[in-house]
Amino acid sequence: MEKYRVLPGPEAFLPPAAACAGVVLPDPGQGHIHGEIVPEDAAMEEAAKRFLSAKVPTIFPGPLVLWGWNENAEQKATAIKALYDVLKSHNNGALLIPMPDYRPKYPKIDPEIEINPNHPNLTIWHNKIDVCMFVGVHCHQANMSLKIIRGGTSCYTIAMCAQAGHEDAMITFRDATPEKIMKLVDAVKRLKDSGASNDVRGTA
Amino acid sequence: MDKEKIKINPEFYDIMPVEYQELVENATYGKEDRGWKDVGSSKELIEEHSLCAGCPESIAFRHILASLPNPEETVMVGSTGCTSLVFPHIALHNIHSLFGNQNAVASGLKRALAYRFPDKIKDVVVLAGDGATVDIGLDMTLQSWFRQEKFATICFDNELYANTGGQESGLMQKGFVGKMAPAGKQFEKVDMPGLAKTSGCHYVAMLTSSKPNRVEKVIRNAVLIAREIGPTYVQIYTPCILEIGKQMMEGLQEMRDSEGPGQRFEYQEFITDEAKAYMEAKHPKKKRKKKRVEEKKVD
Repeated sequence: MEKYRVLPGPEAFLPPAAACAGVVLPDPGQGHIHGEIVPEDAAMEEAAKRFLSAKVPTIFPGPLVLWGWNENAEQKATAIKALYDVLKSHNNGALLIPMPDYRPKYPKIDPEIEINPNHPNLTIWHNKIDVCMFVGVHCHQANMSLKIIRGGTSCYTIAMCAQAGHEDAMITFRDATPEKIMKLVDAVKRLKDSGASNDVRGTA
Repeated sequence: MDKEKIKINPEFYDIMPVEYQELVENATYGKEDRGWKDVGSSKELIEEHSLCAGCPESIAFRHILASLPNPEETVMVGSTGCTSLVFPHIALHNIHSLFGNQNAVASGLKRALAYRFPDKIKDVVVLAGDGATVDIGLDMTLQSWFRQEKFATICFDNELYANTGGQESGLMQKGFVGKMAPAGKQFEKVDMPGLAKTSGCHYVAMLTSSKPNRVEKVIRNAVLIAREIGPTYVQIYTPCILEIGKQMMEGLQEMRDSEGPGQRFEYQEFITDEAKAYMEAKHPKKKRKKKRVEEKKVD
């Protein structure tokens, strides 16, 4: 059986969970790209490339970092804002859109100002987002959203996970800390300064 | 949940949807004298909900949430029914239990909270429909009262199973013909307040949600007494306008018609001597205010 690769969609109305297709989570110090385990630094470089080559690079901060419920969350918020600022300085189309909570909102969300895990595709479609990163979203909701995005959109997904990572993202990091997010900021800055931010879409 | 934790990181304040900014700035967390009069002037703990237009349950929900004495340290336990459509939208910790299990879940929760946070006041409030409280969950409801579990039980009595089409429930009135109960109810409405009294509840009230002042007083009493003394029970008539053939603007009148003298929802209140002494000793605030007014009048 051909090895399953976690690639941008639209894959299907109900794409398989990557875990069920044999994709495993990285160990500490590792990440994965399209389901292949790689050293974390390689995943950093790839994420930086994807961000810099995107038309609408977007960060989706979730409740775990939007709310200042402990010191770590406050530090992560600072690091995420730094990442957004560097993306914005490179591409004025960069977006920072919150996922404040997970309730199914009625009558529906405003896709210009928020993303909801029950229909994340609405925000992706509305804003024409081609690369996004989830950070501070609880595991189950992130997995569900990443799967829906892969199923119904062509958006490239990155997960900056504080736990063990996400199989359903195209690039995943694990054990996210404020320092790790700042490391990604540095990777983006370094790549930007080197001018090596050519379009890498289509190389997946 | 602590009020101090309900703050948005400053980096993200500007991008947060306005309802969350309002929740932080203008909700009544940490305000001891909160009540139904805050509705309209401060951010409510209930957002847009998915109940039917004109549903009296939504009015009751608003008044109950506005009346909880300690919302930032309160966990509500719900069950299957129309109420479970609202719980995902409220700015309060809540648990959805299996149909009928709500009082069993709340028992464990209350004990766990008391063990985990011995220095904090943590209120647990069960809010479920008549199907969950009186039919499917009657065993769990009564057993929690027998055990003197310290939480309040609120029953939204709409006298049938509303969101499944109108089946007969234990609280349906005798003779009522529901859409899914064509033969008409053969038995009397269960005397749940009576059962609550004999099962050990320290505070029991039956009312409709037509009078917000009364709802506020009853909910406050039920939560405060349950916190220290023992179980409490509140039964609120929240008619299902769809199932009794009313229009959306007729819910309030239906409640008023049902609470008159001799009607089945005539206001009832019962409080044990122990609970009464506790309230007079520990929570006399509102009474004092009233006294001051009376004193002024005498002068």
